[in-house]
Parts: sequence; C-alpha cells; structure tokens
Amino acid sequence: MPDPEAIIQIKDVEKIFQVGEIEVRALRGVDLTITQGSYVAIMGPSGSGKSTMLNILGCLDRPTRGQYYLGGEDVSQMDDDTLSAARGKRLGFIFQSYNLIAQLTVIENIQVPLIYQGVELKDYEERCKELADLVGLADRMDHRPTQLSGGQQQRVAIARSLVNDPLMILADEPTGNLDSQTEQEVLEIIEKLNADGKTIVMVTHEDAVAERAQRVVHMLDGVIDREVHN
Amino acid sequence: MVSSLLLNTVQLGVKSLMLHKLRSGLTMLGIIFGVCSVIAMLAIGEGASYEAQERIKRLGSTNVIINSFKPPEENDDSGSNRSSEIDYGLTYEDAARLQTTIPNVGDVVPMRIIRENIRFGRNQVSGQVIGTLSAYPKVQGLDIVRGRFLSEMDDKHQRNVCVITKGLAERLFPYQDPLVNTIRIQAVYYEVIGMVQETGTIEQRPQKGESEGEPIDNNVYIPLSTARARFGETIVRRSSGGFSAERVELHRIIAKLNDTESVLTAEPQIKQLLKRFHEKKDYELIVPLQLLMEAEATKRMFNIVLGSIAAISLLVGGIGIMNIMLATVTERTREIGVRRALGAKKKDIITQFLIETIVLSVGGGLIGVIIGIATPLLVSYFTSMMTVITPWSVLLAFGISGLTGIVFGLYPASQAAKLDPIEALRHE
Repeated sequence: MPDPEAIIQIKDVEKIFQVGEIEVRALRGVDLTITQGSYVAIMGPSGSGKSTMLNILGCLDRPTRGQYYLGGEDVSQMDDDTLSAARGKRLGFIFQSYNLIAQLTVIENIQVPLIYQGVELKDYEERCKELADLVGLADRMDHRPTQLSGGQQQRVAIARSLVNDPLMILADEPTGNLDSQTEQEVLEIIEKLNADGKTIVMVTHEDAVAERAQRVVHMLDGVIDREVHN
Repeated sequence: MVSSLLLNTVQLGVKSLMLHKLRSGLTMLGIIFGVCSVIAMLAIGEGASYEAQERIKRLGSTNVIINSFKPPEENDDSGSNRSSEIDYGLTYEDAARLQTTIPNVGDVVPMRIIRENIRFGRNQVSGQVIGTLSAYPKVQGLDIVRGRFLSEMDDKHQRNVCVITKGLAERLFPYQDPLVNTIRIQAVYYEVIGMVQETGTIEQRPQKGESEGEPIDNNVYIPLSTARARFGETIVRRSSGGFSAERVELHRIIAKLNDTESVLTAEPQIKQLLKRFHEKKDYELIVPLQLLMEAEATKRMFNIVLGSIAAISLLVGGIGIMNIMLATVTERTREIGVRRALGAKKKDIITQFLIETIVLSVGGGLIGVIIGIATPLLVSYFTSMMTVITPWSVLLAFGISGLTGIVFGLYPASQAAKLDPIEALRHE
C-alpha cells in the first residue's frame, strides 16, 4: 500500500532494456520515497541509471517490474493515454536545453500544457501572465524563444512547468547549458518555488548544484548507492 | 472546449506553416494546380458540350428529320452528257406514308427549300424560300414576333402570302414596316403576313453550286401548295457549258413523334419504309435524340478522362504534401517529444499534424478554386469559347483536395505519434 504522506513512492523498480541480443538492466530494484515539499537531487555517473530513473519518475517510461505510486496512484502499468494524462496533470518538466516551441511566443509556450488538459485557455490568461511575471518575463510575453537568452528561455520553461500546478517538478540538468551567473538566478527561482511548497526532483552531475538540495540521492549501477541529507 | 482546442490547433498549424512560407507555398502548388485544372477543364468541356447539346436540342428531341440527298452521280457516259435532268429525293407520297404508317407519329411537315433572290423595291437579298404547312412552328422552334404564321386556308387556296424571318426583315425593310408590304420572288409578289424569329435552325448544308457564308436566317415561308404551283418541281440551273436540272419534290420532311421513346422505335421503321420506295439512297436521316445521346456519351467519356487527369494531378499533389510532412515530422521530432512530455496524447499529435496537412491542402484547394473559377471566365472573355462552371465541379475539386489532405496526412501524422517521447526528446 502506498504511503499516504509520500508524493512519490517507488517500490523495487526494475527496468530492463533489450538491446539486440543483450539485456541491459538499467535499474535493478530501486526503492525511493519522496514527501511533499521536498527538494531532491539525483546524482550519478553516466550509465548509473539516473536518466532511466528520471524517465520513470516523469511517466515517460514504465518500469519492467515494481510499483510506482504518483500521488497515491499506481502509474507503473498505465497505458499510453492515461500516462500522457498523468504527465500533463501532475508533472512539470524543466529540460537542460529548455525545449521551448520555436513557433510560439513566450505566453503561448507557457500555455502548452493547458492545451492538452482540454481547458478553456481564456480562463487561464491571468495565471499565465502571473507566471511570466513570477519568472521576470512580464515584459517579453510576445517574444519568440529565438529572441531570448538561454537564462530567459529556461525561465519560460520554469513558468511552463508550473502552469498546470503539478505535484512535482522534474528538472533534468536545468542549469547544464547556462553560465554561472544565470545558473544562480535559475537555481534561486527553483529554491523559491520549493520554499513555497513545491516538490522538486532534479537530476544533475554538478556537486555545487546538488548541494543546494535538501536530499541528494547517489545512484550507481542501477541502484541507489547512498543518500545524503543536507 | 473541443472547439477551442481545434481552433488552437488550426492556429498552430497555420503558424507552423508560416515558419516556412516558401516550402508551404510550393507544397500547396500541387493542390492548387490540381484543383484549378479540374474546375477550368470541366468548365471548358461543359461549355463545349453544352453548346453542342443546345444545338441538337433546338432540332427537337422528338423529331426525326429526313433530308433529300443528291445521290452520287453514276455517269456511264460521262463528259458527253453535260445537260441532264436528275430526279431524286423525298416525295409527297413519302410524307403521306410516314403520317399513316409510323406509330406514335404526330405532325409530319414536308418542306420545299428553294434558294432565290428576295426583292423589295430595290433591295435584294439572297435567301431560302421554304414551302411548308401550318404545322411547321409546332415541330421547329419558331417565335412569332408579329402577325401570324401560315394557315391551312393559305395552303388550300394557294395564297400568295409569306412569313419572313426577323433577320430578313431587317435586311429587306430597313425603314419600312414589312407587314404592310409585299415582297417579290422571281415575278410573283407575296404579301407579308407575319414575322418570326427562329429559335432553332437546321444547319444548312450548302448544296453543290451554292455559295456558303450567307446568313442562315434569310428565310421566307410560303404555303407548300403555293411553292409547288409557283416554282414547279424542277429546278434548272445554268452553269458554264450547259445546264442541270434537278427534280425534287420535297427537300425535307420533319416527323414529330409523340414522345422520346417512340423516336428510337420509329427510326428503323422510317428507314424501312423509305428503303422500300427509294431505289437509291437519296435521303438521309437525322435523329437529334440520337445525336444528343451520342453527345452525352462523348461527354461522359470526356469526364472520365478528365477525372483521371484530375485524380493523377491531385495524387501527385498529395504525394508532395506527404513528402513535406514526413520531412516536417523528422525536423520537429524534438517538438513532438516536448509536447508528449507536457501531456499530449498520441491522438493529439495525430490531430496536430493532420490539421497542418489539411490546412495546406484546403488552403491550396481554396486558392485553386479561385484560380479555377477565374480561368474559364478569362477564357470566355478573351475567346468566344463558351464555358460553364458547374457548382458540383467546384465542390468536387475542393472536396477531393480536402480528402487528399486527410489521406496523405495520416501516414506522416501516425509516424509522428508513434515516436517514443524519450527518443524524441533526445533527438538533436
């Protein structure tokens, strides 16, 4: 039974990829519980399984074995459509390379997750403007991504990840493409969100970034190697 | 809710296409040309066959027209016999037999057609003197503009009265009222009792020795009995080195059947009947209904050919669209990944790309419709060709263009939806 306190509960999750003849065991029995309002960093060398972990946490992939409870619901065996709905409703994504949609303006990019919720966009205009304001882009709402700097683009992505009021924000190397100045700015925004009660799970390979999280999960060879609480 | 999503998707589709204006424009060209050619070609074809069919219809679809036809000369002593009299063609008896033996026959109208100079004062116009009966207007389209047509009494009493066509009246009486005057043909004066306008004229095949290119509506109608009495049955023509005389009783008989079904059964019977009394084939049958059916068959054939051409051109256009959309899907793999991560279902992705394709093809279709309607109008304006733009051809062409979008958009869209979101996100 899922822990009612936990936003995320992963039980003995395994992920096996079939690459040609070879079986690759990316995750070999992972247990992880993340509570509401926590700020977790996942670290590990390449091949440690942290990307697979992130994909499963992000409902982009299903575990071969084991259970994954997201907000108390087992999403480990959901079909494609239900999984898409779960992503759209409960998760916010921040990517390393921002992944904004080039043909859309800032405000339209922020609205994208709402489109797939089937809601009336008019009702959310205020909220989108507030979010743009929150990340300091209120004066650039009609700009295209190509007209923005990397830091600004990442801030649009943060606003976009918040628009559906998700249970958890998943950030995949959110500062990987940024210089140290903007890295600080983006991390500050993320910390502020966490301070306001948002649950953050971030994958990073930079110690300096990971140190700012409350809890750092180190992965190695498909299992959780150790955990550090800051 | 659904409509706002759809509207949003359409807007997005337009935006995405506007990112690559040249590419989208070139892709649309295939559909534009396809749709435009379908409408324009159908309009021109329809116009041509419409004219032909109208001409045939004016002959009367329940009529059977029998013309006297000069048989090929069989001169056994050619050269020496330059002055001869030949006897051929339809007879009064033929007309009487048609009336009595052919079932479902209505009016049988015999006609004598003689080319003569028609005179009024100093004015002289070459025209046709047609001796016929009072039933003539019933079998041929004829509007009585003024006065009346010939009556049975006119024929019975061999009156010297005539009805002239409007065209002739204009040429012969530029300043006078024809209805109070008389015209002269040879040495005989005829009182003008009516003026008619022909709505249907059998195209006159100029006979040997007759000049071509004259207006065909210079007609004078006189009672058949009068024609017989005044002109006789032998027409003598002087030519260099001799003269030729032709003895023809009737130049044409028009038999009107009661309905169109009877026309087809009557035709072989008429042939049979004439064959029995004519040694040589000195007559020809024109069945407007058959001509009409042939014209329709030709038109059907034409439409099939046209349809195939249209189908091929739209197929080519569709393949062009599919090609571009496949390239677009590859190019926008990352975007697809992002959308999937942000909650888009497979069907949302399919809808997005399908709508983009439909915007392309329907946009192309609309432009094609505009050009397709403009082309025949321009053709009609600059040439004398008649064109008929039928609404169904516009609908058909436009519908097919929309359908092309759906058919050729499905595959790229399903390819896009099939992408694994993780792979798509990783795509460079």
